Formats: sequence, C-alpha cells, structure tokens
Amino acid sequence: MAEPLTRTEIEAKLDVWLETEFTFHQVGPTARALCRLGRTEQDFVLDWIKRIATTHITLAFDFAKRAPDLIRRFDRRVIEAWAVHLCDTYDRAGMYAALEVAGQVGQFMRQRDSQAAGALFEDVAPVLANFVHGLTGRKLKLEQGEAVWSDGEKIVLPAIIAELEGRADNFKLAKAMVAFQWAHTRYGTLRADWQALTAGRADPARALRQFHGLETLRLAACLARELPGLYRDMSHLSALLEAPIDADWQALAAPLAEPGATLADSLARLDAACALADFPARCYQGELRPDAVAAARAARLDKEKARLRVKLADLAEEARKHKAESGAEPDSRFEVATDETDGRLDFEITLDGAPVAPPDDVKQLLTSVHLDFGAIPPEYLVPAGDGEYDASQYEDQPVDPDAVWQGTYHEEGALFYPEWDLGRQHYRKNWCVMREKEVKPVYDDFPVRTLAKYSALVKQLRTGFEAMRDENRLLKRQTQGDEVDLDALVEALADAHDGREMSDRLFMHMHRAERNIAVAFMVDMSGSTRGWINEAEREALILLCEALERLGDRYAIYGFSGITRKRCELFRIKTFDEPYTDEVRARIAGIAAQEYTRMGFAIRHLSKLLGEVEARTRVLVTLSDGRPDDYFDPYRGPYGIEDTRMALLEARRAGIHPFCITIDKDARDYLPHMYGPARYVILDDVGELPGKVADIYRRLTH
Amino acid sequence: METHTLSQEEHYIRREPYYEAIGDEIAIFEAAYRNKLPVLLKGPTGCGKTRFMEYMAWRLKRPLITVSCHDDLTASDLVGRYLVKGGETVWVDGPLTRAVRVGGICYLDEIVEARKDTMVVIHPLADDRRALPMEKLGQLIEAGDEFCLAISYNPGYQSVLKDLKQSTRQRFVAMEFDYPTPELERRIVANEAGVDAGLAEKLVRFAHMTRNLKGSGLDEGASTRLLVHAGKLIAGGVAPVVACQSAVAQAVTDDPDMLAAIQELSASLF
Repeated sequence: MAEPLTRTEIEAKLDVWLETEFTFHQVGPTARALCRLGRTEQDFVLDWIKRIATTHITLAFDFAKRAPDLIRRFDRRVIEAWAVHLCDTYDRAGMYAALEVAGQVGQFMRQRDSQAAGALFEDVAPVLANFVHGLTGRKLKLEQGEAVWSDGEKIVLPAIIAELEGRADNFKLAKAMVAFQWAHTRYGTLRADWQALTAGRADPARALRQFHGLETLRLAACLARELPGLYRDMSHLSALLEAPIDADWQALAAPLAEPGATLADSLARLDAACALADFPARCYQGELRPDAVAAARAARLDKEKARLRVKLADLAEEARKHKAESGAEPDSRFEVATDETDGRLDFEITLDGAPVAPPDDVKQLLTSVHLDFGAIPPEYLVPAGDGEYDASQYEDQPVDPDAVWQGTYHEEGALFYPEWDLGRQHYRKNWCVMREKEVKPVYDDFPVRTLAKYSALVKQLRTGFEAMRDENRLLKRQTQGDEVDLDALVEALADAHDGREMSDRLFMHMHRAERNIAVAFMVDMSGSTRGWINEAEREALILLCEALERLGDRYAIYGFSGITRKRCELFRIKTFDEPYTDEVRARIAGIAAQEYTRMGFAIRHLSKLLGEVEARTRVLVTLSDGRPDDYFDPYRGPYGIEDTRMALLEARRAGIHPFCITIDKDARDYLPHMYGPARYVILDDVGELPGKVADIYRRLTH
Repeated sequence: METHTLSQEEHYIRREPYYEAIGDEIAIFEAAYRNKLPVLLKGPTGCGKTRFMEYMAWRLKRPLITVSCHDDLTASDLVGRYLVKGGETVWVDGPLTRAVRVGGICYLDEIVEARKDTMVVIHPLADDRRALPMEKLGQLIEAGDEFCLAISYNPGYQSVLKDLKQSTRQRFVAMEFDYPTPELERRIVANEAGVDAGLAEKLVRFAHMTRNLKGSGLDEGASTRLLVHAGKLIAGGVAPVVACQSAVAQAVTDDPDMLAAIQELSASLF
C-alpha cells in the first residue's frame, strides 16, 4: 500500500483546490488531522474535497473541516451519500441551506441508519401511487412532504417512514397511511364544515383532534368492510405500536362502525367525544388539515361544475343530432342515478329518460363531484348554455413558455433533466430546466428556391431513396411459401427420376422487408450558426425531408439552443406524428440562430421522445457546428463534453443509435470521445452540408 | 386420453356454450346473418368475443372456422395454395375457402394483425358481391346464403400503424363489446370458474381496481377471462392473492412497480 501523504503534501493540494490564496481558508488543521489517516482514507477524503470544490469552494472547505472526524466514525458509503446530499442541497436551495445541512451531519447519519429498514418515499411512491389509483374515486396524487395528510387531491407522505423495525412492516404502514388518507376523501370526512365544527369550542384544536378520532374509528370500520386484507395489516400495526382504545371511546364509537354510518353520525357524537380523554392517535391516521382541504375544494368546485356542464352540453348536442333525424323536440334534462352498492361508485345518466353512455371523463367528473357533495347537486346537471363559460374558466391553461421566462422566474410546466458533473463525478439532479417551443413559421420562397437550386441532386436523392424503400424480394427455393417454385420442382423431379434424393425446397416466398426506423434530427440553433451555417442547415433539412418522404421512415426534427441551465430550449420543427406539410417547410425556413450550444438536455429529451415511438431501430442524428458550449458557465470545455458524452451513453443504453454530423474542423479532438469511433462525420466545408446530410443518412441506415 | 381430430368444416359446436348476453347482440347478429351481412366485433381482449362467436355458431348450427391473424398471415394462408404431392402439384384450400364452400362461419380474430394483402380477398366477400376470388386458380367462388364472415378487432391498444381502414370497416355491421356489468360478470365468473358468489364478487371488484388503472400505467385492465382463470386457481386451492398475482397481474403487466401495486390491491381486498 502506498505511503500516507504528509501534512505538507496535503496542504499543498488543499491550497490549490480551495484557492486559499484568495479565500484565506485555513487548511492547516484539516491537513494535520488528515495526515494521521491511512492512505486509502486520505485519498477518499481528498477526492471528495476536490469534487465538492468544483461545486463550491466554501462548501468543500466546510466538508474538509468535518471529514477527518467523520471518516473515523462512519462508513465511507454513508459519507459519500452525505457529500452527494450536500451538493444536491446546494444545487436546489443554495449555499445557506447546504451549510445548514452540513451542520446537521449527525442527524443525517442517524437517519441513514434507520433508512436501512425504513420505507423511503422514492421507493414506495411508484407502487402506492398505482395502488391508490386502483381504488375507486378521484385520482389522488402522491407527494413528498413532512407529515401525512391529504387535501382531497393529493396525499402527502414523509420522506421516510421508519416507525417499525422491519422494512416490510414499514411498507405496510406506508400503505395503510395512503389507504387511510384515500378513505378520508372516499367516505366523506373531508366534506365536513370545518368552521361549524370548531365554532364556539373552548379548545378548537382539541375538538378537531377528537373529531379526527371519531372519524378514524368510522373509516377503519369502512376499510374493514371494503378492504379486509388491508384492515388485517392495520390491526397488526396497531397491535405493534399502540395501546388499545379504552372502553369509553369504544362505547361511543360502536354505532360508527355500522355500515350506514356517515360523517353526520361522527359530528353528532363530537360533544360527547370532547368530554372524553384525548383520542389515542392511531399510527396510520395522519393529520387533518382543514385549511388545505378548503383551499383545494374552493379551487376545484367552480372549475368542475363548469367542466361537467360543458361536457353535458356536448352530450346533449350529440343526442340532439340523433333526435333531429326522428323529428322529436329535445329539452335536454339530465338525470343521474348513483350506484353505490358493494363499494362501487358508478353513475348512470339519462337524458330525457333515455340512457346515455357517459364517456370516461364525464364519469371521472361525476365521481369527483359526488365525493365533494355526497350526491350530484341538480344545478350541476344543467347543460351549459352557449358562451356561458369561457374556456379559461374550466380548462387548465398551458403555460406560455415566453410568458414564463419573462415573468418573475419560475419553473412551472417545464421539464427537468439531470446533468453530469465532471468535477463531482455525479449527476446534478433536475439541473436543466427545459421547455419545448414552437419555431415561428416563415412563409417565403425558401423551400422552392432550395429545391430549384439543388434540382439535379433532388432527383438523384429521390431515386436513391426510392430504391431503399421497403424492398419486397421474392425468395426462391424455400421449404415453405405462397407458390410452387417451378424451376426447383422440375429439377427436383429430374433428380427423383435419376434416383437421387429430392429437395424439399420447392416453394417461393414473398419476403417483405419492413424498414422500421424512427429517426430524430437534432439541429444546432446556437448563435454561432448565424449566417452561412444556418442557411446550409436549412437547405440540408429541406433536402433531407424530401428524401425521407420517399423512404417512409418516421422522423422528427428539433432545434436546440439554450442560455444557462435555467433556459434550455428545444424548438419543434416537426414531430414524429406530423406529416411533412407547408407549415413544416415554413418552420424550417424560420429556423433562426438563437443562443448557446448546451447539448445534454436535448439528447436526453429526444432520447425520451424516441423511446416513445414504436420502431425496431431508433436513430438520433445531431447536426452541429461546434463543441458544447454555454454562456459564462462551466459548460464550455471538458464539463460540457463529458455531460454530452454521458447523455449519449444513456441514449445508447436505451437502444438508440446516436450519430453526429458536424462542420467543426477541431471536432476530431472531442467527437470520438463523445460519440465513439465511426459514429460521426466531419464535413470540411459548410457548402457540402445540404448535399451530404441525406446521403449520410442513407448510408447510416442501409 | 382421447382426442378427436376434426377437419375445420366439421367443427360444429354441439353443446350449448355458456354465454350471457350483454345487450341485444344475439338479435343483431341473427339479423345480420339472415341478411347476409358481414359482422365486425369490437372490444377489449377477453371480454367474450370468441365465446360469442361459438355461441352464435351453435345457435345457427353452422361450422365455425376461426383464424387467429398474425403479422405474417397472407392472402394465400386464407385462400389456399398449391402443394407438391408425389411429383404433382395439388391445390389445397385455405380456411376461408373451406368456410365459403361449406357455408360456415369464418371468424378472423384480430384482423388488423394480418398483412394488408388479405384485404384483397376479404373486401369482395364483405360487400354485396359475396364472392371469393381465387387468383391462382383463376376462379371465383360465390358464397352461399349460409356463409358468414365475422372479424374482430380491439380498438384499445393497437398502434396507429395497425388501425382498421375505413374502406374495410365500412363494409361491416359493427357490434361493440365491453366488460359485462358487475352483476353479470359475477355470474359469469361464478359459473365458469365454479367459485361461490362471495369470491366471484371480490374477483370482480379486483378487476374493477385494475380497470381503474387503465391509462395510468396499464394498457388494459383485467379481462373477464383472466378473472375466470384466477377463480379456477382459487377453486383449485391456490391462495387468492397468489392466484390474482399469477393469473391476473402477471398477465396484464411486466412493470415491477405496477405488479407490486396490483399485489397490494389484491392483498387489501382478500
């Protein structure tokens, strides 16, 4: 094993990484503590100081001060997790929050121990989200928070549930919590009139708790009937975690366990409950948050009323069309019968006495309204009149990307992609804020001009691509096929006549080779393409589309550009499902140089889109004029190259074949590293671009 | 063990298949049959389309020739082809030709899976010509009054590439099938799987849970057929949660999170 580093050696390294000349960080004590460690530990700590320093020097210095002590007490894996957590916190919430996390190192380590057996939100959420969608009722979302509660639209769970010793039990607890919060919505607890409930009480908070106690007992009985398996788990958890419920409470709650008991029965017993001792909270019951419930409900009611009435108007309109033929006079009276037997929640709609099959979205709305009121109020069933509602009153408006950028900055409606940090040797989570935007179509003579300019080439491309098209070949001498191969048969008969063995390959089979390729073109729209390159790119795309239309491959074209991680933009030029129309041509004509060349997010997003297309072969072709780059950002240089390389590796792992066409003469320095050998083409002259791109694609997919 | 080998045109259904009507599909089919109209059955997998065809074949007392279409199925697979026998070529009829000759019911299951060239032979049979062109023989067979063409397709999950063309679908009397109502489905499960009403009820509720998941992770919920499978396993002594997992959950998805979620649903119910 290598000799441990001396104090001077360590200090020299720290001086460089922590830039002590400018920051005046005192590295002496750290170096002194570190020089007493073995070489492996030293290397581990120093490596992490260096990695964190690429994120922020002060953070690295803080880590350096604590590390020598930590390495003696904790496992290296845990320290590594902590270091990553520090950097993530810094990325997400800034320096102050990160230093705070650093200060709570002991708590993190303790939590880490319990995590071994705890149910982590990120692990249980995918399962429990589906679980709760499988139950009847409104589709509740699952979110991470600091406690267990629900507002009737989402269920919040803490990051970790570790009340019990075993992992399986903790999962059961998480499941019971989710089911119980679902029950609050399903069985009407959240319909309570919160103000009336606490009005005039000496201790409103206590009244709310006692009310929650009553409801807990009622809901538990509901669950025992509806989901007996779950109820068994809940009883098992209660037995492990808490004292049995005392006799007074049991006596009070007995009627609440009856099948017909409702919210009103609980409310009627609230006075009596307030006179009892505090309700011993059950481990799965969570919290009631009336304010959040009321806020969510207020936002939902009008919107859903409008939505439902508009949908019913559509249904009535449809029915009217049918009736118009038979000549009857319609008056559009909707009635709804609710079927709640056996835990179902189903609706039958009649229009003027005739049954109507409600589409799924109408059923969803009826379910949600029913959960809010316990019935469908008659005014909800009046179809909306013409122009009564404006679409903005009931539809979730798509966020206009430009308005979002311009307003006070927020990330609403954007997609997040991670980015590989070379220095940290780790991903930065949710780092790139990405939006798809439209290219403004420009209707000019550019497409026509281009086709005229390259008319000879276009003709050649068309025939070339035509030849590659789905070639059907007649395979002869097959053992099976649609028709008898007469030549083979004659030969075989002659053979048989001579006493030789007869071949069994006597048929012809029509082989239909189906080209099953989806390709995404990722076009550089960075500022550096302004002028000639942009012109060449647009010409290349026109020719390419012309050729691809002959071939019948599914293709999409997106332009990418960005300025800093907070503003990564992909410009839709043509999506996979879109036909090649005049509008697409106009968008190609409208491609204009934008900002910088941040590439990782674009590759990741297009990989995702490619993954959603059904195809046997998926190809991602990048047209670019230079290395990855961004404004005043470490993206320039090795960082950007490594992130791009990582994004390409991810794409390859997902079964996508990436390929790059560039006109950057220096690209030989970095392209082989990013794309791998033979996965790129460097063109010496911009002028070659239009002529070559289609041809390169043909060779690539031949 | 005793097996019967039957040629396709001898495949008469002699015992009444168990079938519970969902609506007026039996009357519609009979009317279409009397008027020599072809029939298109739409609906999710496992909701009883094939059983319905068996039932109708029994009712109308015609042989039923079923062809499950796949992406390599060509027109010759339906019409027939020349084979070589003892140095001579011999024509062998395909299933569609046989059905036309004997006046049977030809049921092409999942028609959109078949190659596009099959439409060439289906179209003339499906309109008022009611004739099957046999290109290779240079013949045309006119179908008798008793012949009936039925096709099925599932509009739920096929990709856009495999949608049924308007020119095809507009030749057929279309009937939509869906999962039966809970009461009916309960009766079907109890009857087919031989389980008691209580268990059948729970299985149907379980099916509804998985159908709630359609669109949020599942392409399709559990079909009635899967419920019958699960019911049979349970009747055979398998624990309910295990039966639901292997007969239903594993059949509808491969996604581990979804499998776990469905397992949790069945564990909550039983």
